[in-house]
Amino acid sequence: MGPAVLAADLGFPAIPALVLIPAVGALAVTLVPNARRGVHQLVGVLFSGTAGTLSVWMMVEFDKDMAGFQYVSRQEWIADLGIQWLAGVDGISLFLVVLTGLLFPLSMIAVDPGHDHKPYYAWMLVLQAGCLGVFVALDLFMFFVFFEIVLVPMYFLIGKWGHGNARYAATKFFLFTMLGSALMLVSILALVSLQSRDSGTDLTFDLVAIAENLAIGETTARWLFLGFALAFAVKVPLFPVHTWLPDAHTEAPTAGSVILAGVLLKLGTYGFIRYGLYLFPEASHFFAPLFLTLGVVGIIYGAVVATMQKDLKRLVAYSSVAHLGFIILGTFSLNTQGLQGGIAQMVNHGLSTGALFLLVGWLYERRHTRDIAALGGLQKAAPLFAAAFTVVMLSSIGLPGLNGFVGEFLILLGAFAAHRWWAVVATVGVILAALYLLWAYQRVFHGPAEGDNAEVKELTAWEGLVLAPIVAAIVFLGVYPKPMLERMEPAVDQLVAHVETSLGGEFVEPVPGGGRTGSFAELLEETHAGHTDADDDHGDDDEEHGDEEAGP
Amino acid sequence: MTVLAQGAQPLESTPTPEVAWSGLLPLLVLAGAAIVLLTIMSLARDALPRWFSSIYTALAGVATIVVAVPLWDRVQDRLPDGRLDSFSTLDSSYGVDGFSVFVTMLIAAVVALVALLADHYLRREDLDGPEFYVLVMLSAAGGIIMASANDLIVLFLGLEILSLAVYVLAAMHLRRVESQESGIKYFVLGALSSAIFLYGIALTYGATGSTNLVDIKTFIANVVLVDDALLLAGFALLLVGFGFKVAAVPFHTWTPDVYQGAPTPVVAFMASAVKAAAFAGLLRVFYVTFIDYRTDWQPVIYGLAIATLVVGSLFAIVQTDVKRMLAYSSISHAGYLLVGVQAASPDGTSSVLFYLAAYAFMVVGTFAVITLVTGHGDARTSLDDMRGLATARPLVAVALTVFLLGQAGVPFTSGFLAKFYVIEAAVDARSFGLAIVAMIAAVVAAFLYLRIMVKVWLEAPDDERPDPVAPIGVPWGAGAVLVITVGFTLVFGVWPQPVVEMARDALPELVRG
Repeated sequence: MGPAVLAADLGFPAIPALVLIPAVGALAVTLVPNARRGVHQLVGVLFSGTAGTLSVWMMVEFDKDMAGFQYVSRQEWIADLGIQWLAGVDGISLFLVVLTGLLFPLSMIAVDPGHDHKPYYAWMLVLQAGCLGVFVALDLFMFFVFFEIVLVPMYFLIGKWGHGNARYAATKFFLFTMLGSALMLVSILALVSLQSRDSGTDLTFDLVAIAENLAIGETTARWLFLGFALAFAVKVPLFPVHTWLPDAHTEAPTAGSVILAGVLLKLGTYGFIRYGLYLFPEASHFFAPLFLTLGVVGIIYGAVVATMQKDLKRLVAYSSVAHLGFIILGTFSLNTQGLQGGIAQMVNHGLSTGALFLLVGWLYERRHTRDIAALGGLQKAAPLFAAAFTVVMLSSIGLPGLNGFVGEFLILLGAFAAHRWWAVVATVGVILAALYLLWAYQRVFHGPAEGDNAEVKELTAWEGLVLAPIVAAIVFLGVYPKPMLERMEPAVDQLVAHVETSLGGEFVEPVPGGGRTGSFAELLEETHAGHTDADDDHGDDDEEHGDEEAGP
Repeated sequence: MTVLAQGAQPLESTPTPEVAWSGLLPLLVLAGAAIVLLTIMSLARDALPRWFSSIYTALAGVATIVVAVPLWDRVQDRLPDGRLDSFSTLDSSYGVDGFSVFVTMLIAAVVALVALLADHYLRREDLDGPEFYVLVMLSAAGGIIMASANDLIVLFLGLEILSLAVYVLAAMHLRRVESQESGIKYFVLGALSSAIFLYGIALTYGATGSTNLVDIKTFIANVVLVDDALLLAGFALLLVGFGFKVAAVPFHTWTPDVYQGAPTPVVAFMASAVKAAAFAGLLRVFYVTFIDYRTDWQPVIYGLAIATLVVGSLFAIVQTDVKRMLAYSSISHAGYLLVGVQAASPDGTSSVLFYLAAYAFMVVGTFAVITLVTGHGDARTSLDDMRGLATARPLVAVALTVFLLGQAGVPFTSGFLAKFYVIEAAVDARSFGLAIVAMIAAVVAAFLYLRIMVKVWLEAPDDERPDPVAPIGVPWGAGAVLVITVGFTLVFGVWPQPVVEMARDALPELVRG
């Protein structure tokens, strides 16, 4: 992705501030005495919200025409091994940073943990700092450190504030993810060591420096890729290493589930794009059929299992397996549409599934059960609640006009161009999603309301306030995704070009359709603004490549 | 000498070697402090406050570090010909190089920490007296000798000084039968391993004609043995001796029993200082001296490392006694250290040193917490006794969590970087299989630390016990230890550069004279 240029600048080191604000916040929460209940929440939301505001500011100031990394910050860390603090955002990570920045304060406002407020908010802030660190890291060591550290706060959040068999779920979550990343550490070290030997340079953990001059052999790269891929596959989670997810999701406290689904799972899919595709283009291409298959299996499996669930929260958890399958499908289509769709879907899934978990959590607070059979007819007593659930659910299903559609459409478009039959099977998953969610909705909200169901509390103003920005984003990104897609596009184009050049002609980006191959953003631009931007027009293949190689 | 020279009859005087006293100073300070303490306490025991021995020993540890600093500076200097200014003394039998000074400082630091920790423990157990401190200092002096030995006989002397003191320390708790049992068990097996070690020295001497490491190294480099069976047998026996001291599988069987029975501060000392000294000796003999035979011993250490990692981590998770758990965890840490030794490279050596430093502080801290929790008579060591520690003593629980996460290798602790360097060294030496096994063992071992954390944080104190949350006082000594060890673990977890640089510069060298 070329030499990183400081394109956008806020006048101060934005990224270190972004990571440090929540970390300092965690310390601040710890130091606040146990005087009054609300204080910890206030301090926590304040710090978390500041980081969120900063992330939005970065998005606004982001130079949308530039493909490289922006806001880059660099600082020696462990000089002996060439380890540095190297961070920056590009179009691929930008929206995940914003999602992380905003979802945390919202989920901290949304639900009260019930007990032990101080450690709860401290862990939430540590978790936010860790997630932000993963998304901005451009140094392999730094990435690994943040990737691994998020386990600790999540472990405590699930274990201490979770329900039911929380300790089991927390331990399972910790060990599963740690097992994945254990081999990634070996892969990282082997990559750095072999790269330094084969290219005759000093040890460096700089992602860009390694990826742009990858010197290691093809077979070695494939093995190393598998080391990385296992870590990401567990985190995503891909079938068949997904088994920790339903337990962790179901037993986690509401905010824990929101963050787990909204942000933590994205660490895996983001890892596939940033460290799989970018570092190992050849291996990614080589193993693409495997991951496409696992993605499609995940889509169908997640959907079928979700249909059978009796527990509403578990149902949403399994729907995550299906949605993440789509993201993997898009990623390994290895074309602009698929990748853009994948990244967009990461954000969309964060919003819609995050909101679903919030609603299910609130429902649990009201009814103290998540058993679908015990619920029914809730919309009579709580019509607003039902309405909110409907919007969010439709977004999750992928109804046109809401954000979920944009992502799924792009993914299927990309996947269809690249691997037709996988896309066809995946489309069945879209239908199944409608089946399990609508069926669940029907059982929970329709029908006669009996007993407690008839007196369920309506959505409170406070809850509405939390939900409003999420629903607004769901609608906005569904109707007008251009601001998001156009910021992603240069980075995604460049990544695809990187894969193409690395494979030296063995791979040509599969582009949907024959002649007319505009990107979705352009299509929208044409429809909305009624004009075409000549510079952005990708016309045919050759022109497109020329465009990208000439990049920054 | 002049008097002798003028004597009427020619004396058969044995020529005594030159002594570079400055090089011996840290050792002399520590050993001297032990003897002085013994003298003071036998003369004026009643006149001194009860905390005297503890503070005295801590200061002796600090003093040892202080006198080692000029040595460290000296051995980092480059001579005109570009070599480091390492030197050896006592007829090339005691080497002073970056490596030995590093280990000396580490052992001295452990002495200071253990002394602070022991003060309250000894009073609580009614074992007051200078014996503990004297033995710890003497044992540490033995460890320093091991780390500096340039001669197998000197190494053996160091090993015995170290071990004999620790045998007694393990059996120090007069009123606990477990402590007696632990002492006897450690002694019998330890004496056996010493005998095997000595036999290894004899065979090596037979094969090479010298016990001096410099001579052995020169011999190995210059002479091609037609039949090297004797030498290899010597290697094997030496390795068994070291394997016992570092608790490598299959020579680990004493560890759980001894750790469980011995007084907790003694265990802290064993897991940190004794391990450091044994690994220092192992590196000095195998990595430095027998480097030309590394194709012969590397595979053996490879196998030992795998066995140690697997057994250590797997057996740890089925234990129900915290001290036994930590014993197995210390075995699996020995496995990691062996991974670094196996690399047989400068990187491997500095990774072992970094690991030893990081682990020493973590393990002393861990056992400091255990000392507080186990209560009178070291009785409450079962896993269930850890329940609800977070409610009773949140800060102690936080400290324990830092140590456990550090031992599990979670980022932002020195434990993570220790693992990172070891794995880096292994990967650099192209031992990918070992690196993978080591990382998987880390995950298995993490389960053990999670089990303890679950008890500490997620379970309420057991109400059926007569004294559910015994008031756990944190005496000043243990408090200081916790602050120092937590500080070390976290600060060098985020900013490891100073320790990394030291470990990198602390390379062992064999030089004559």
